Amino acid sequence: MQVTLEHTSSSQVATALVKARHASGSPAMDMVLTLIVVCDDETVADALKAATILSTEHPARVIGVILGKGTGSPDMHAKIRVGSETSGESILLRMSGRLVKHAESAVMPLLLPDSPVVVWWPGQAPARPAEDAIGALGTRRLTDAEAASQPLRSLRSSARAYAPGDTDLSWTRLTPWRALLAAALDQVRSPVTGALIEAGPGNPVGVLLESWLEDRLGVDVRWTRTETDRIHRVLLETDAGEVCIERGDDDSATFSVPGATARTVPLPTRSLAELLAEDLRRLDPDEIYGATVAHLLEA
Amino acid sequence: MSDGSTTTAEFVNPLRDPQDRRLPQIAGPCGIVLFGVTGDLARKKLIPAIYDLANRGLLPPGFALVGFARHDFGRQGFARLVKDAAKAGARTAWNESTWKQLYSGFRFVEGSFDDDQAWETLRTTLDDLDAKQGTQGNHAFYLSIPPGLFPVVVSKLKEHKLAEAPGNAWRRVVIEKPFGHDLESARELNAIVGEVFAPEDVFRIDHYLGKETVQNILAFRFANEMFEPIWNSNYVDHVQITMAEDIGIGTRAGYYDGIGAARDVIQNHLLQLLALVAMEEPISFNAASLRIEKQKILANVRAPERLDLHTAFAQYTAGWAGGQEVIGYHDEEGIPADSTTETYAAMRLDIGTRRWAGVPFYLRVGKRLGRRVTEVAVVFKRAPHLPFSSDDVEELGQNALVMRIQPDEGVTLRFGAKVPGTVMEIRDVNMDFAYGGTFVEDSPEAYERLILDVLLGDPPLFPQHQEVELSWQILDPIIQHWSRKKSIDSYEAGTWGPASADKMIARDGRRWRRP
Repeated sequence: MQVTLEHTSSSQVATALVKARHASGSPAMDMVLTLIVVCDDETVADALKAATILSTEHPARVIGVILGKGTGSPDMHAKIRVGSETSGESILLRMSGRLVKHAESAVMPLLLPDSPVVVWWPGQAPARPAEDAIGALGTRRLTDAEAASQPLRSLRSSARAYAPGDTDLSWTRLTPWRALLAAALDQVRSPVTGALIEAGPGNPVGVLLESWLEDRLGVDVRWTRTETDRIHRVLLETDAGEVCIERGDDDSATFSVPGATARTVPLPTRSLAELLAEDLRRLDPDEIYGATVAHLLEA
Repeated sequence: MSDGSTTTAEFVNPLRDPQDRRLPQIAGPCGIVLFGVTGDLARKKLIPAIYDLANRGLLPPGFALVGFARHDFGRQGFARLVKDAAKAGARTAWNESTWKQLYSGFRFVEGSFDDDQAWETLRTTLDDLDAKQGTQGNHAFYLSIPPGLFPVVVSKLKEHKLAEAPGNAWRRVVIEKPFGHDLESARELNAIVGEVFAPEDVFRIDHYLGKETVQNILAFRFANEMFEPIWNSNYVDHVQITMAEDIGIGTRAGYYDGIGAARDVIQNHLLQLLALVAMEEPISFNAASLRIEKQKILANVRAPERLDLHTAFAQYTAGWAGGQEVIGYHDEEGIPADSTTETYAAMRLDIGTRRWAGVPFYLRVGKRLGRRVTEVAVVFKRAPHLPFSSDDVEELGQNALVMRIQPDEGVTLRFGAKVPGTVMEIRDVNMDFAYGGTFVEDSPEAYERLILDVLLGDPPLFPQHQEVELSWQILDPIIQHWSRKKSIDSYEAGTWGPASADKMIARDGRRWRRP
């Protein structure tokens, strides 16, 4: 069911939530986390849709926060949705006036007791996510460099401000590539002597891959620029021969390792909801990501 | 709970790191040889699970699937069969590139099990896969066939040197229940398989152990502080383990008749559940430690002395189940009129340990019962003193903790609460933990988990032979007692079993939960 509240406060929202939950016949709460989505009018629709799909794997209280104009008298409108087709519940808070600078005060009373809090900026993220007032509420913070106006700059900036619990969705997008490369080395079982990435110049996913490979393998990674943005091909030189993974169409790649014929493997382009689902599977800091961005800044 | 590893000592993959938990644990290069490809199990469970594993990116890039059967449908026909089965049964969406990847590793060998030529073809097929697909000599033989065929298949595997792996590659064999029909036949079966494969290369599938909710029993008991102190005879009155099905035997007459409920599910699923609920804390979650604890419990389980008083068995008769008129067991197709096979079995078991002395475990299974449900209910003793008048607590039952295995997976805690109002009246209420909405549908199916574990060589979830033997030692006297009886009880389809089972538990001053 849906409830709309105008000119409201957090305590009215909380009361309405309990009422709505009772009305939809399920007063029990089996939600495992709170997901705060800090967005604007442009990103809100897609972001909340992804968060709702996500709720089927990780039942969550989703709190969408839209920050309006920061001047004038403080005001807040809320839209609440409970039950109806999905597990979990969602609240959309639209704030304006001086409240915008103190948005965390409106969000804090609505967090689920004890359970983890994840903050996600689907668009432009603050320069220092962990020190942001809403970001500080979270144990995990998700930024998305690809959604920023200058992806690489945004990635480097969040790398500089890295605090345990931060990750960028570019890192999540990289997982299938990393899985294939690791599987290739499982098979080849031979030390890597060099590596090459073919990708678009401004691609944050490629930059993270380069940094990860350098950090893990201790070799220099060469880079060939391509026309398309995404990663096109990755090559690892080993004593036993060359490992090559090359993207074919949208959801597959050609996988070749020494001593076996090349074959097609799935390399799907994943939806926002699938990316988020991967991220929320573990809510502790991603140390490998930490090491990778640390290396990125050294290089 | 895995300590399996896909790499050996000399080469450590620098791209893998235990802290890197985003990277899925992908099985190393390998293939599966499937016997019994046209069977129900293969089509409904195994093939969809293999497809889902591939779709989730958990199978190695060069994964091979070899079908072996007497049909002459060739590689194309085999591929079609796999495709149809995968499309019908898979949980993940259909993905053409996953299919292409799997397809390149398909082979089909035509022949009957006594045809030496076919076995030679199988051997050259595997050699060819090692060369072209990069399976590196690692193959698992999945025997999805009746146990009567195990001897011929296993001996042919040996005769044609298929069970010997080159170098440090592996060969494993996967077998499904039933693991024999009594202690003696289980030993024979084990001798046959054990002659060819080392014990650590034999994987017995009990798909219940692959279920998330069954594994959750371990997490629930050993990851929490608040349940373990009361998990003993000081606080627990008794335990009820129920596995009820609403369906009849359907088309399984040929398999089911002569086997019965106890052999079909108590020997494996229910006794494994009992062991997980009752066992002591293992020193770690590796296969060996888990096995030690489960065996200690199974070795201490005792069947009652008076089997006539503390067990019950029955057959369903025609009736109404779930709003539909259904026929009785004797009217099912393929069931002889004089069949005494039980479709319902209930028994009291006791565990001779300090923790469980005096706490009976009641097991019941049956077909055509009230609804489909599997659960473990730990029922606690009443509070030793109640500072309320007897009227106030008239509706207060015993506290209970119910682990719902399927469907509606979760945990229920049942306790007393005050009814709102001016009088002090206390009534039982439920507190529920549910694995949320579609969460469960997205989580891997039991067979996915188990097949992956076979390929990874990770054995904690597979019962070992000794557990199988111990289970038969518990059941054999009970089943023998039943077989000596001339008549068998009956219960109407759609009810919760025969009156004799109610009487059985009432003798101990208790009653069955309505699950």
